[in-house]
Amino acid sequence: MKLLEYQAKEVLASFGIAIPPGKVAKTPAEAAAAAREIGPVAVKAQVPVGGRGKAGGIKLARTPEEAEQAAAQIIGMDIKGFKVPLVYCEGALDIAQEIYLGFTVDRDTRANILMLSARGGMDIEAVAEEAPESIAKLYPNPWRGPLAFELRRLVFEAGLGTLAGPLTKVIKQLYRAIPEQDAITAEINPLVVTGAGEVVAGDAKLETDENAAFRHQDLEARYSEVLEGDPYEVEAKKRALTYVSLDGEIGVIGNGAGLCMGTLDLVQRAGSRAANFCDIGGGAKAETVQNALQVILMNPRVKGVLINVFGGITRADEVARGVVEARRNLGMKLPLVVRLSGTNEDEGKRILRENGIEPGDNGWEAAQKIVAMTRS
Amino acid sequence: MSILLDAESKVIVQGITGREGGFHAERMREMGTRLVGGVSPGKGGGTAVGVPVFDTVAEAVIATGATATGIFVPPPFAPDAIMEAADAGIELIVCITEGIAIQDMIRVKDYLKGFPDARLLGPNCPGLLTPGAGKIGIIPAQIATPGSVGLVSRSGTLTYEAMAVLSRAGRGQSTVVGIGGDPVLGLSFSDVVGLFESDPQTTHLVLIGEIGGSDEERAAELLAGSRLKTVAFISGRTAPEGKRMGHAGAIVSGNKGTAKSKVEAFERVGVPVAETTDQIVELLG
Repeated sequence: MKLLEYQAKEVLASFGIAIPPGKVAKTPAEAAAAAREIGPVAVKAQVPVGGRGKAGGIKLARTPEEAEQAAAQIIGMDIKGFKVPLVYCEGALDIAQEIYLGFTVDRDTRANILMLSARGGMDIEAVAEEAPESIAKLYPNPWRGPLAFELRRLVFEAGLGTLAGPLTKVIKQLYRAIPEQDAITAEINPLVVTGAGEVVAGDAKLETDENAAFRHQDLEARYSEVLEGDPYEVEAKKRALTYVSLDGEIGVIGNGAGLCMGTLDLVQRAGSRAANFCDIGGGAKAETVQNALQVILMNPRVKGVLINVFGGITRADEVARGVVEARRNLGMKLPLVVRLSGTNEDEGKRILRENGIEPGDNGWEAAQKIVAMTRS
Repeated sequence: MSILLDAESKVIVQGITGREGGFHAERMREMGTRLVGGVSPGKGGGTAVGVPVFDTVAEAVIATGATATGIFVPPPFAPDAIMEAADAGIELIVCITEGIAIQDMIRVKDYLKGFPDARLLGPNCPGLLTPGAGKIGIIPAQIATPGSVGLVSRSGTLTYEAMAVLSRAGRGQSTVVGIGGDPVLGLSFSDVVGLFESDPQTTHLVLIGEIGGSDEERAAELLAGSRLKTVAFISGRTAPEGKRMGHAGAIVSGNKGTAKSKVEAFERVGVPVAETTDQIVELLG
């Protein structure tokens, strides 16, 4: 689960990390009230995606009126596919230095990696490329976490030795997100050193592992309802489907993530683009197929649907009957091509044909068929 | 010959009294796998799928001499099951379970450093299959044929797809290995490529990768100058970039992990990259 900035800051604050005073505002009036209480504020769009600053999602407001105006502009704005539901009004900081602090899962070493750099701020990715040595790294032992001397070494390696005391404390506090919240990425960028020498989280990003949600139902219950993204993705989530919206016109259903991704590639190779990624998993049950079709057909951009099911043990005739029934139940009129393989494949194809659904011999042929049908 | 699993391997199933474990243990035995027992805490002393059930892996190893295990237990318990198998001296641990928490797997990987002889395949993988000898996991046996093509893949259904294409074209497989799709995995592409490289039966190799991580890139480096005639396939070429929040991922991976980076890595070492699964056979020569 990707937490919004204000949510991530609440979690960090619960670990003892200092955060600036801030208030959530769902309306411009609430933003004005927040500025009256806090003073000059940064009005920040709350979206679970990076790059909001460059997209105009952060505005400085010196007065309540300015805060009201800024909130009116930002709330409802679209940032990378997310409609901004609310803003976070946060007191301005007296910035003396900006540090980068974060951790993530390094797939190559199959371990957590902690990173610290004196060159924090917006350009950290460029820093990583041009001067990788200026980012100090540590792979903490996952059973016991980082030891004191390892943290000191990290801080000195980053050239931040004068701040060794407060920084090792903040890193230890941030690291708590791993054992306590199953975080897979967390980032404080910038970690601000103020003119008065305090270390404060200027921004915060926190992503927790959905596979570990069973251990953190409190977090889910507290934060999950605010995140509203793409309407089809929201609907698919309610139906427990693995679904991602894309911007093409061919609806795609496949079993298995790899096959499904491969099918998107085939649709593009055939000259069109997929409207979505939808993995219905192993068995391809009739009910799941119907659920998936229903979500895909909600999208008015969809001109045709391609179902690509590779069954090993799955019986193709059963899948075919399920597809036929789902199509009938939904009154679906759009072109539909179904590629089935597995046990009783010929019988499956016969059932499809008898019911006016075009079978495909393999994924590539099926992709070409559906693209041709939507063009005619 | 084959890699990792042959007709001599003695296999147990952890979670054998569960629905999935029982069902697939039966399929494993049907195709000739030497299934010698199962583990299900609290159900020791009974039998399932015609083999004895034990309370612990250690007991199963002592009683049966098992050397390999297939794990079919739910995600909250699977990490412990993997470590239990390693501790009991099992050398090949195949974890089929999908949905294990990443931090749990990171701790498991660290634990396994204490067991250099134990190899973990998965989790969230279809397992492995040596045609004519046996399988651990859920790869459908009826689409496999014995032969000399090694197959290693990150995806389940795409693996089956590739097997079917190969078998239809008369290209049998030496061993089929699904390494799994999770971010934190046991055996990597490089590990499996290395095993195929030293298997005399394997003359050809099909590697099916996907976007994310840089295991494919590293395997490509290993394939430079290999004796294996190899074809790669990368799925997710047209997948959009994920909606990223922070910079941490980019700092770690840089430009690696994209389909483009992977395709280029293979082409650089002379390994052709198929665009459809059917093309795999043509390119294999």
